[in-house]
Order: sequence, then C-alpha cells, then structure tokens
Amino acid sequence: MALIQQQVLRRGRTGLAAFGAAWLFFFRVLALLPRAFMRPLLVVEQVYALGNRTVPLVGLAGFFIGLVLALQLYGVLGRFGAASMLGPIIAITVLRELGPVITALLYAGRGGTALASEIGLMRATEQLSAMEMMAVDPVRRIIAPRFAGGIIAVPILNLLFDVVALFGAWMIAILAMHMDQGVFWGNMQASVGFMDDLVNGIIKSFIFGLAVNLVAVFEGFTAQSTAGGVARATTRTVVIASLAIFALDFVATAFMYQGV
Amino acid sequence: MNTESGEASAISIRNLVFERGDRAIFDHVDVEIPRGRITAIMGPSGTGKTTLLGLVTGRLHPSSGDIRVGGLPVQSLRTHELYALRMRMGVLFQNGALLTELSAFENVAFPLREHTDLSESMIHSLVLMKLQAVGLRGAADLMPAELSGGMARRVALARAIVMDPEFIFYDEPFTGLDPISMSAIVRLIRSLHKTLGLTTVIVSHDVDILEHLADDSYLFSEGKVVARGTPDELRKNRSRWVQQFIGGMADGPVPFHYPSREYDEELLGEDQWR
Repeated sequence: MALIQQQVLRRGRTGLAAFGAAWLFFFRVLALLPRAFMRPLLVVEQVYALGNRTVPLVGLAGFFIGLVLALQLYGVLGRFGAASMLGPIIAITVLRELGPVITALLYAGRGGTALASEIGLMRATEQLSAMEMMAVDPVRRIIAPRFAGGIIAVPILNLLFDVVALFGAWMIAILAMHMDQGVFWGNMQASVGFMDDLVNGIIKSFIFGLAVNLVAVFEGFTAQSTAGGVARATTRTVVIASLAIFALDFVATAFMYQGV
Repeated sequence: MNTESGEASAISIRNLVFERGDRAIFDHVDVEIPRGRITAIMGPSGTGKTTLLGLVTGRLHPSSGDIRVGGLPVQSLRTHELYALRMRMGVLFQNGALLTELSAFENVAFPLREHTDLSESMIHSLVLMKLQAVGLRGAADLMPAELSGGMARRVALARAIVMDPEFIFYDEPFTGLDPISMSAIVRLIRSLHKTLGLTTVIVSHDVDILEHLADDSYLFSEGKVVARGTPDELRKNRSRWVQQFIGGMADGPVPFHYPSREYDEELLGEDQWR
C-alpha cells in the first residue's frame, strides 16, 4: 500500500514538474516570438512546411465531412419538415465546432508530429547542442519560428476546412437532393452570425493552434536523445494535444456561447 | 592567439565535483590546460570525458568547484556572457552534428549569418576558405546526408573554426573513421592548431594517435585524474592501471567482467528462475 502511495506521489510530482516546465518553456517561446518575426523568412518557411503541406489532408477531410453532414441532416430534418434549415445548421456546426476541432486534430497528427519528431531528432543528433555551442539559442532560432509558423497556419487551415465543408454540403443539397439554391444560402445568411459563428470559430482555432504547437515543440525539445525517446515525444504530442483540444473546446464554448 | 608559455592556464578546473543522481562522475578533480597547446583527455568509455567538455563549455553545471576558461568563471556567467565566451570556442561533436536541413556551405556559413552582418560575398569567400582548409571546397553544395562520416566531421570542423576561435574542443574525433579519414582528421587537427595558434583539447581514448599528437594528457578513471603528463611520461608510469590502459589490455585492475554475483551461484543457485 505504502509502495502504491509512494508511486502515486512520485508520479504526481514529476507530472507537476513537467507541467510547470511546459509553462516556463511557453513563456520563453512567447518572449522570443517578436524576434522570430524579425526574420520573417524563417517563419514563412514554417508556415509552408506545417501549413501548406497539411492543406490536402484538411481539404479532403473537410469535403467528406461536408458531404456526410448534408446526407445525414437532409434526411433527419426532412422528417420534421425542416429540410430548409439544412444550410444554417451545417454552417453553424462547421463554423463553431467541427471546423476548429477537426482541423486542430488533423494538424496535431500531421504538423504536430512532424514538429515533435523533427525537433526531437535534432536533439538526438546533437544539432541543438551544436547550436548552443555556436552561441545560438535554439529556442530563438529553431523553436520560435516553428511555433510562429504553426499558430499562423492553424486558423488558415480552419478557414479552408470551413469553405470546403460547406462546398461539400452544397454539392449534396443542391446537386444530389435538388434543394433550392436560394433557400440553402438565404437561410444560412440569415441565421449565421459573423461574430458569434465565424469569428468565435477562428478564435477557437487560434487557441487550439497555440496548444497543439506548444505541446509539439515542448515534447520535441525535451525528448530523450534515443529512438524510443523521439517516438514517445511524437506519440505524446498527439495524445496530449488531442485531449487539450477537447478540454479547451469545452472551456471556450462555455465562455463564448452562454445562451447564444 | 596566445602562445606564450608561463602565462596563466587557458582553462583551469579546480576541485570539480559533478554528480549525476547518486553517482559522482567527477570527484574533486583539478585540471590545468595550458594556452596554445594540445591537451588530451583520456580514459575508458563512460568515465565522463564528454561530460567534462559539457562542463567546460557551460552546457552542464558542476555540483561544486570552479571552472575558468580564459579567466572567466563558466559556471557563474549570465547567459549572454556565456554566449560571448562560446563565440571564442569551437566544438567538434562526435558525429559532426551538422544541421541536416542545410548544405555543407550553409552549415559553415551558419555562425557567420547568425552573428555577423557580413555581406554575402564576404560570407562566400570566408566559407570557401574554411572548406578549402579542410579539403572539401568541392563538396560545398552537398547536403549532410550525402557526406560520408569523415567528410561530415571535416565540414563540422570547418564550421567550428569559421568564427576564428581561441579554443577548440574535439569530442572523440577519431571514432568510427576509416584509416584515410582518420589521418586526414589528424593532419587537420595538427595544421589548424599550428596555423591558428589554438588551445586544443581532444577527448578520446585512442592512445596510439594521441601519443603523436598531444603535448600533454590527462588520464581519467572513476571520477579522478589517474595520471598526467606527456605521452612519454605516461608510457613510463608505473601504475598498473595506467599500464593496462596504455597497453590496451583486456584484463587487469579494470576487470574484464562487470561486477556481479558469483558465476556458479547465479547459474545454479535457488533463485535462478527469478
């Protein structure tokens, strides 16, 4: 029993220490962000590596989700004689929830893991140590531009997801189900709020981007210098980032949509 | 560029203690590294030779003791002071540690681009000069993945000297090289030392090579300095331990077997199936 207690205490302590270390690291990265933007080329490179290369994944996922949503909801809404509300319901679902959450999850799987494993391997092959020895702070030169690129990429990917998902829904509703164009778009325009739905969705996406990229760079930077260490960092990035996305989504939703 | 003898040591370590967990890697160690000489740090694998480099370059912090490089106390420097000191140091890592996303040229140019505002043409000339010095001007456009182990180490060497350091540290520079690459590295270490007047520290266990290269050497074992002297003095050292190391004998004061229980007891004892 005492052994279990000891184990739990020890785990708790190391967990807490890691949590604290992550926050300290976060503040260090934030403090260096302005300097990262002073060398915009480094950031642009990362927006390309992390963002542009995730476009096909997010685009296709958004398209299929739009298709499925429209297929499902057209039938269900039709049963209640509310098929005309298909446009607004899909738009609100996608803009408020599915867009930010699924984009962030996909980004964690594609961009987040790439970041964690790249930085972890740089640690394992002593590239980060070499940089320190050349009097170059790796957090400034390697971490900050990647973090900056990542947090720029996620909200843009989210917008792409939104557009493609709505396009997918439009294809089902108009081309397959022969719904009226005017009803689809008109009702959407009438019920979707610019601030409530679109802007709040982008804010959420930005928050998720902060979380996923922070987890990824932190896990990579603190990875153990072994093959197993890099693998663990990559796995932990996906697991922790995904859970963080869901938890933050709840908090953000609670703040943004009290009775809206 | 200081080659006068009689001056204070370039690197001086006093009473160094460094612990990892409960284990003392260094136990009250004193090391004096003279300016403008080649000093070898030798010892069996796992004696913390590389750790010593980490301590001297300020990447690790000693549990206690004083480490001075160029007269500056490394352990109590502020970050920017430490970085300023590191600009005066070059380190060659065991595997080169080239930045894999940059070409050989860009790797060598990296410190220049980070620390200076030199024009592109100036950087171009400087980098090619350093690459020429290591014999790899022709490989400037290759990526690290396209270089052999020996070539990568030479590019890393060009990078280590591109800022014209006063001190240069080699971490196991001879490990895993073919004989040709090996003699190329040895030649480079010697010629760079001579032409640039560097204070050179080589961490290695390669006794035969260091014998012809080092002016002075320290022999470490189990956290202590076991012997110090010129290669010749080490050869004449009477200690059985030193003789085992220099002679490369498998058994001796350092046993072949890792400490363990009695062999027959472990094979036939009651708890053999644990």
